[in-house]
Amino acid sequence: MADDDRNRATSDADGLVRLPADPDIGQSARRRARLEKVLGILSPLLILVLWEIVVRAGLLDARIVPAPSMILETFKSLIESGELARHVGVSLTRVFVGLLLGAMPGLVVGTLMGLSPMTRAIVSQIVASLYPIPKIAIFPLVMAIFGIGELSKYVLVAIAVFFFMAINSFAGVANVERIYWDVGRSFGVSRFRAILTIALPGALPMILAGLRLSLGVSLLVLVGAEFVGAKSGIGYLVWNSWQVFDVESMYAGIIVIGLLGWAFFAMLDELERRLVPWAPSNRR
Amino acid sequence: MPPNPKKALSIVEPAATVDPGRSTVIRIAGLSKRFLTARGEFEALRGIDLAIGEGEFVCLLGASGCGKTTLLRILAGLDRHTDGVAEIRAAQLGQPLTSVVFQEHSIFPWMTVWDNVAYGLRARKLDKAFVRERVDFFVHKVGLASFARALPHQLSGGMKQRVSIARAFANDPEILLMDEPFSALDEQNRAILQEELLRIWSDTRKTVVFITHSIDEAVFLADRVVVLGGPPGHVVMDARVTFARPRNAYELRALPEFGALVADFGAHIKAGVNGRR
Repeated sequence: MADDDRNRATSDADGLVRLPADPDIGQSARRRARLEKVLGILSPLLILVLWEIVVRAGLLDARIVPAPSMILETFKSLIESGELARHVGVSLTRVFVGLLLGAMPGLVVGTLMGLSPMTRAIVSQIVASLYPIPKIAIFPLVMAIFGIGELSKYVLVAIAVFFFMAINSFAGVANVERIYWDVGRSFGVSRFRAILTIALPGALPMILAGLRLSLGVSLLVLVGAEFVGAKSGIGYLVWNSWQVFDVESMYAGIIVIGLLGWAFFAMLDELERRLVPWAPSNRR
Repeated sequence: MPPNPKKALSIVEPAATVDPGRSTVIRIAGLSKRFLTARGEFEALRGIDLAIGEGEFVCLLGASGCGKTTLLRILAGLDRHTDGVAEIRAAQLGQPLTSVVFQEHSIFPWMTVWDNVAYGLRARKLDKAFVRERVDFFVHKVGLASFARALPHQLSGGMKQRVSIARAFANDPEILLMDEPFSALDEQNRAILQEELLRIWSDTRKTVVFITHSIDEAVFLADRVVVLGGPPGHVVMDARVTFARPRNAYELRALPEFGALVADFGAHIKAGVNGRR
């Protein structure tokens, strides 16, 4: 520990100021790290307990804000009836099909933008002006074109994902260190080989970050679309439960959305550890 | 005008032309390089004349900003000159003309040591068994056999530059171009790598063009030192260094001639800078 008072310390008769020793070789830091881990688990539990108490004490209207224990009951019955699994399955299919449809073209367009200034000049203004449009705003249009079936949900997710993947892979490729391109050129590699061995691996951290954003935004957009234009899916469960005033089921749906988002992030963490072992955050 | 090289030093001779015993592998005549910057036209090189013989170890020495990296990039095919002639002799068609060892951070962080060393050979789509043998040989040669499967972030700075050197030598080019490969290393590592480089070089006798701003490094490594002044970059001095090989770092640096030579080159570099700034 640094001693803040060293300038005000008194000296002995020799005029020597004694610097304090510290027998702690890192035990306190280790203790603190353990405490932080425990607190990270305890704090959400504490909130749930408080919530339960507040509702049971009648401080909150249980018709709108039911207690966690009540939501848990509903959760159980939704799982037992298989209804929850059905809705989750439908939504996950929509997310992953949409992701596949949008991520691939996004990756290709973004990479081309990063590689060729000419492509960038042509495409970047278009991307920049279409990207901020809330994708849920064009859902009516998407339904008009692709029908009210599954295809319109896939397409909506794909459109949302496309922009994140395009923008991130563009940034990733454009920011590959110049020296790596110089190395490629000095060894006379072909354009195709340079893309495979330099552009894509160099951009991979950004591409995976784009995938992470894409998973989040696809949930966001899909739940919105399922509110208004679906007869199944987790968004439908939330909206329909609200319509019939089955508030506990609505909460169960919201919690599942949160859990899905959390699971996506955990998946991406693992993927990053495996695919980008050289990234500073993954080094061991 | 810069002063003439001291005649008294027998180890320094003017070297404007290639040794009679050697064939010319690099010929540069009246070469200049200009480019546009935000502040207008910039003349990086002006009227460079230089001939380098086969197997020579040539150090390009000069203060930063004198255009030595530009000259190397032109030889590497990474930049084009504006005027004049630059030629590299090709002994065998299909063999790469040059390979470059860059300053630092030039090995791919996403490839293992082995894959980095194999990079140039694989790009040429050579026979797999041949590539394996050659890469194994050079990975071993730079002392990284036990790190062949490691990723660069697990290596020290000196080890990374060994990878870069192995990658360049493995590619078996006509000429090796080195752009201050040891400038980021600490002094102990630099000394070790300098000796290692000389050892590998003496086995292969490749023509080497080595850029440095360290006079000591140039005198220790080179057969010939070309001092550039500028900008615009121009040849201030061209001299042979005739210390016997193999060279021992500590014995050589203890010689009075070594110190005298370092001082002399230093004076020329200073003159080259002062003359233009």
